[in-house]
Amino acid sequence: MSALIFWLLSIVAIGAALVLIFGRNTVHGVLAMVVNFAVVAVFYLMLQAPFIAAVQVIVYAGAILVLFLFVVMLMGNDPGPLWEHLAVQRPAAILLVLLLIVALVPMMDVRNLTGVTATLIGPEFSDPASLARLLYSEYILPVEVTALLLLAATVGAVVLGRRGAYRTKREEVLDLDEVV
Amino acid sequence: MIDLIWLIPLLPLLGVVINTFFGRFLSGKASAWLATLLVGIAAALTLVTIFQVRGLGEEFGGETVTLYRWMTAGDFSVTLSFLVDQLSLLMTMVITGVGFLIHMYSIGYMAHDPGIRRYFIYLNLFVFAMLMLVLGDNYLLMFLGWEGVGLCSYLLISFWFSDTVNADAGKKAFIVNRIGDFAVLLGIFLTWTTFGSLAYADIFGSIEAVSAGVLGLITFLFFVGCTGKSAQIPLYVWLPDAMAGPTPVSALIHAATMVTAGVYLLVRSAPMLDEAILISNFLTRDLVAWIGVLTALFAATIALTQTDIKRVLAYSTVSQLGYMFLGVGTGAYIAAIFHLFTHAFFKALLFLGSGSVMHGMEHGHHAISHGQPAEADDHATDEHGHADSFDVQDMRNMGGLWQKMPATAWTFLIGGLALAGFPLTSGFFSKDEILTLTQHGGYNLLYVIGIVTAFMTAFYTFRQFFMVFWGKPRTEAAAHAHESPSVMTVPLMILAAFALLAGLIFGLPLEDGVFHHWLEPLLYGLGHHEGEGYHLPIMASLAISSIVAIAGIALAYLRYGRRPAETVGEATAKGGLLHALSYNKWYVDEIYHALIVRPYELLAAFSARFFDRFVIDGAVNGVAKLLSVGGGGLGRLQSGFVRSYALGIVSGLFIIGFVMFLTIPNELRNYFSQLGTPAILTFVVGLGLLALILWTTLRPRKTVEAAADPITHTS
Amino acid sequence: MEALTTITTTHYLILSAILFSLGVLGVLMRRSAIIAFLSIELMLNAVNLSFVALARDLVSLDGQVVVFFVMTVAAAEVAVGLALIVAFYRSLGTTDIDEAHELYG
Repeated sequence: MSALIFWLLSIVAIGAALVLIFGRNTVHGVLAMVVNFAVVAVFYLMLQAPFIAAVQVIVYAGAILVLFLFVVMLMGNDPGPLWEHLAVQRPAAILLVLLLIVALVPMMDVRNLTGVTATLIGPEFSDPASLARLLYSEYILPVEVTALLLLAATVGAVVLGRRGAYRTKREEVLDLDEVV
Repeated sequence: MIDLIWLIPLLPLLGVVINTFFGRFLSGKASAWLATLLVGIAAALTLVTIFQVRGLGEEFGGETVTLYRWMTAGDFSVTLSFLVDQLSLLMTMVITGVGFLIHMYSIGYMAHDPGIRRYFIYLNLFVFAMLMLVLGDNYLLMFLGWEGVGLCSYLLISFWFSDTVNADAGKKAFIVNRIGDFAVLLGIFLTWTTFGSLAYADIFGSIEAVSAGVLGLITFLFFVGCTGKSAQIPLYVWLPDAMAGPTPVSALIHAATMVTAGVYLLVRSAPMLDEAILISNFLTRDLVAWIGVLTALFAATIALTQTDIKRVLAYSTVSQLGYMFLGVGTGAYIAAIFHLFTHAFFKALLFLGSGSVMHGMEHGHHAISHGQPAEADDHATDEHGHADSFDVQDMRNMGGLWQKMPATAWTFLIGGLALAGFPLTSGFFSKDEILTLTQHGGYNLLYVIGIVTAFMTAFYTFRQFFMVFWGKPRTEAAAHAHESPSVMTVPLMILAAFALLAGLIFGLPLEDGVFHHWLEPLLYGLGHHEGEGYHLPIMASLAISSIVAIAGIALAYLRYGRRPAETVGEATAKGGLLHALSYNKWYVDEIYHALIVRPYELLAAFSARFFDRFVIDGAVNGVAKLLSVGGGGLGRLQSGFVRSYALGIVSGLFIIGFVMFLTIPNELRNYFSQLGTPAILTFVVGLGLLALILWTTLRPRKTVEAAADPITHTS
Repeated sequence: MEALTTITTTHYLILSAILFSLGVLGVLMRRSAIIAFLSIELMLNAVNLSFVALARDLVSLDGQVVVFFVMTVAAAEVAVGLALIVAFYRSLGTTDIDEAHELYG
């Protein structure tokens, strides 16, 4: 049963990624990513990581991708020009990625792994409480540093979003017009 | 008063500061008087201090007055402190006393020179530096003064720098001195590494712990410096040329004080010098004595035939300095300092006298060539200030000045007698003491050379005297010369009194006079050792010296005094090979030029024309070109498109993976080798891709820009 | 058939590798800043998946902790990144990242 779910969801995940990459609509791309993230959340559940799965749905699919949607809304649904002007960029990229898959996939076949079955480990392995205990004891310093990083990111985003923090090209053109 | 010793060097420095920064508010004359007055006060203070020290009795072993810590680096530490003892006070007295008289004389001599304020600034600076030299309680402070006086010497020699000859003379003096100064610096370094201190007291207190060879090297290096500063063979060549400066400068710096700094340095280092051995049995002192006596002889032979009034004196100075080094070398330190002392008076007197003669000649020349009273002429730029070729320094142009300038003539005669070593004059006592002690030290050969030199000295001194003052004027200028103002003649008279009487006052009884008692506490037990062999009785030695001096004067009278030359042409002596050699100074300048200056110039030219242009510039330009071309090529890689960079990153991933594949441990590699062909293929193709990417981005920019254009249209 | 019916850690890792490669492809190909950015998120996500799979395999929570941090940093990155994209858009009037190519050598 779980094998079937795995195969189905894998196809969905890869399909969603392809939609993102080759799609002509940015909103579709964002929605495909929502699907992708949700599927990955299911994988997390299957891998006995319920807390991570929840965060994936709430933070990633819920908050971050909605933020993306807002930005798309702000700037219009313009996927940008789809043709390539850099010579060799596109064929080189496709070939390189294929080679990457060719190189990576066999490497993932690591011998020492025990293999996955849902029933081998008890549920107490990864309940949020034990994760939290680990985070706030052994990993307390990284947690604090990350907190600081988030604060810095917030400040950075505010500064960048402020109007007048920089001169846009349009404003420059307008100034030029006034001079002329 | 001893605690206030710092006032003495401070006063001339004050003069420098005032005249430099506020001099424009003063007239030239006021500046000159201010400078003179300050040095006069310093001289008075020195005199007071000397009497105070005398009151302390013979137990006074010197006192150090520390002002502040000058510099500290690690365990290297130097204080700015003055050493007040008999030797430094004596030197200070000579410097400030003679300095004061020469300052005063200069007021008259330089009265009409537009650069009078600059002149007095330099002169005051010189006095300051010289006082630092003699008063410093360590070698570094001494070296500060040493370099300072060198600088002032340079500035004053080329005082009339608009004339190339003077500027060249200044440069020559400076460069030749640099050679010696470098040796002194090395000596100071060696002293520091050997003793761990530069203060005299520390060094002389721990001499026993140091090997004689090291002391020999240190003192040798110091002596090399002395040959520069005090004009000994082989570095004496600058001093005769230094006469390009104003005559009072020649008197103060190049006769009385600065050139004796070398003697001071060696006598100050006497405790080291006594122990110093150069090679096996050869002491540093022996070298000093030989160089000294050879210099004395050599310079005397040149002085015999010179026609320039100042050059004769210059060579006689070199010669007399040679005597002083002979004294130092034979361990007769007190005698050397005594000769330094008397020489300062009579040689300053002679120089000032010659300056007075030139001053008179100058005015006489003006009076006839411009037909106006000389006093009203403010263009008296002295020695080299003239466009016409008349040489006021040439003794052949003089003659018969006795009647015209009686005060100058009388004082010059006294100076000449002292220089010649005429009995009972100051020079007689000091020179004879050196010679006697040389003989008593067992240096019979040196004694004979010294006596021969003394004979020559008497001869050339009176040759000069007779040529200048005797007979009838040989030129119109000489005929119209007149006496100098009293501001110039009064110092002459004071100096003449000292030149005549210093020996009698300070030198008697022989080797037991005031002078010797003064220095005895400081130099007790140092220096002179009785040599083996026959000791000339002191009276016999005195007699020999007297006879030699009188014989020299007599010969000069027979040759130049009895029937003086009537015309310039007649005065121009014609002589044989020896005369030519002497007249041309043994061609030493030419030899130095050919052996040292010329190869150096050739090397410089080679460096400039070939090495600098092709090797240095070639390397620099080559590197620049390489970077420019390489940068231009690699710059193409930076297309500005982020995605190109991303492609590069991914390609780099493959390269790194490949390298890791090659370098990972065997166990892992075995595992990866199971992967077989696909992985290896991946790396190979990845490399190919990288080449492709490079090819893409390295294509001419035009393509990229043309391709980039449509973007702007679409947006 | 066992490879199809029994899902092992290797399966997850291979899926993760594929998703990652697709993310790379997106970054290399798309000129829209937003889609390139989403592709980066895809790559992060793929890595997260491999972390969780390995954590499960090694019976260690450390892998999940790392994922937690990656998500946090990703959130910060998105905040700043989107602000940059907005600024970029306001300045140039487009989201085509190839428009920003003036810094060339």
